[in-house]
Amino acid sequence: MTRYLIRRTIQSLIVILGVSIIAFLLQHIIPGGEARALLGPRATQVQINAFNQQNGLNQPVYIQYFLYLDHLVHGNLGRSYKLNEPVTSVLKQDMPKSILLVGSALILSIFVAIPVGVIQAVRRNRALDYVGTGVSFFLYSMPTFWAGQIVILIFAEKLNLFPAEAPQGSTIGQILSQPSGLVLPIVTLALITYASFSRYMRSSAIEALAQDWIRTAKAKGLSNKAILLRHMLRNALIPIATLVGLSIPGVFTAGLVTEQVFNFPGTGLDFYNAAVSRDFPLLLGIILIVSVATVIGNLLADIAYAVLDPRVRYA
Amino acid sequence: MTRAEDQLTPFEDEIVSPTGPEGGEARESESALQLILRTFLENKLAILGLGLVVAMAIFCFIGPLLYHTNQVATTYQINLPPGKGHPLGTDENGRDVLGRLMVGGQSSLEIGIAVAIIATVFGVLWGAIAGYIGGKLDSVMMRIVDVFLSIPSLFLLIFLAAAFTPNMTILILILSFISWLSPSRLVRGEALSLRVREYVKAVKIMGGGPTRIVVRHIIPNTIGTIAVNATFQIADAILVLATLSYLGLGLPPPAASWGEMLSNGVNYIYDGYWWLIYPAGFAIIITVIAFNFIGDALRDSLEVRLQKR
Repeated sequence: MTRYLIRRTIQSLIVILGVSIIAFLLQHIIPGGEARALLGPRATQVQINAFNQQNGLNQPVYIQYFLYLDHLVHGNLGRSYKLNEPVTSVLKQDMPKSILLVGSALILSIFVAIPVGVIQAVRRNRALDYVGTGVSFFLYSMPTFWAGQIVILIFAEKLNLFPAEAPQGSTIGQILSQPSGLVLPIVTLALITYASFSRYMRSSAIEALAQDWIRTAKAKGLSNKAILLRHMLRNALIPIATLVGLSIPGVFTAGLVTEQVFNFPGTGLDFYNAAVSRDFPLLLGIILIVSVATVIGNLLADIAYAVLDPRVRYA
Repeated sequence: MTRAEDQLTPFEDEIVSPTGPEGGEARESESALQLILRTFLENKLAILGLGLVVAMAIFCFIGPLLYHTNQVATTYQINLPPGKGHPLGTDENGRDVLGRLMVGGQSSLEIGIAVAIIATVFGVLWGAIAGYIGGKLDSVMMRIVDVFLSIPSLFLLIFLAAAFTPNMTILILILSFISWLSPSRLVRGEALSLRVREYVKAVKIMGGGPTRIVVRHIIPNTIGTIAVNATFQIADAILVLATLSYLGLGLPPPAASWGEMLSNGVNYIYDGYWWLIYPAGFAIIITVIAFNFIGDALRDSLEVRLQKR
């Protein structure tokens, strides 16, 4: 187990280093270079040279990378052109809010997907199963922004149950103090996430139901409830740990659109605004952080998997 | 998570897929192909999916030949409800929605299919080379894939779309740039198990070089996995394109795509202009579901072939 943990951790560190190289390289593929992006199309060559000189952009690429890495290690992700604020302070302010949104949606969708998936597996190929599969396919195929607008139309506009806009505020405390505004963004994101989780849960449960120990349990005369809860569910849940890890980038992606639809003041909205104003340091900083979060999420999921399933540890 | 990534099993490194198809130079024997085809055609959802895709293609590509509209010029007849002359009404620029649905479908389908082809070709080559050669090169190539898989795709896409002003070609390229990862991983997994098969050894002994082995033997034997993945890629690309259009990073106007139509239409959701929303929205949903049905059925029928061997 320890060896497995060490190996996976080292692998993750290498991937994080790789992500930093990509983020660094992305800086260099901006057409016209960083100086042109910041100083605008009217900047003279002299100004561009001065900018490059000042920011070390005229040094060899590998030295620039080490400088970049040095800055990263010291928590310096550069400065947002548009907000005129260090990227780290933008992230510090908005990342917790995004994690709140993405995390609650993830938990909500898991709690709905598990029972629905189990019921679908037990009633496999019956009407209820078809309805469930149909619903997840439909939700999966629906562009997130449209789903969000429909949720707003029904629950905010027609039924007037919840506000259509996410709570505004710079700290997570301010966001949490207006919980009713959080409902619709979380529900929208959870619906989208649920679409892929339920299909997984269903096939995972079907596979678990086909195992020999289920037949043994039935032969022992255990009640259906005991079989489902004690023998099937625990085994069917193992792949879900990995699934949650693998789905983190996807949830961040859907989260970005959800934040945009509901004007939720998180990193996703920052990213969108930064893209519109071509604020490259902020874009790259967010890409880096979200990717590192994904790598760590995958690592945690793999560890959970290894804890739950001993076969992995000794493989 | 996208459908194309679905196929990636956890612990790719630990588990080497044991069920690669067998066979020498990949020329499917008549019966295997027939079996796949038969199982595929017995699947009602597959037929439905195939039918929907064909119908959609006819609608988008043949439709404009019969139903002429001007999708460039704007008129003052804006947001007209469906009625005489405009079976699906007009949009906020006074263009006919039915005609726009056809033209928009063309670009959505073209981009989806082009992305699937480019991403699949590149990903398959990458994965087959890494898996066949193995060792250090394999580790390096696969860590590169891991790195790109860790970057949430939409973030990378938005960055690229902000850096390069999108047109059709650039959109296809940047969508392919994020889509080649899952085929490369899948094919690499299969190549690992295929390269130790007897027939590959036999080719080696007969003096076949690595290029021949990879192109003539490894890749053709992974064709099932590749085909299934490519179908999901088309669906995923159409969806992502819609999201990009909504974020204002899609095709520049006056070009039409379903995503652009839907995201414009959504602005009028409170005005009750349903004809600006549902036609484009359902075109996306139907096409995406249809490609998913085809992919699922294709996977099932390939599995049946393996079971009956």
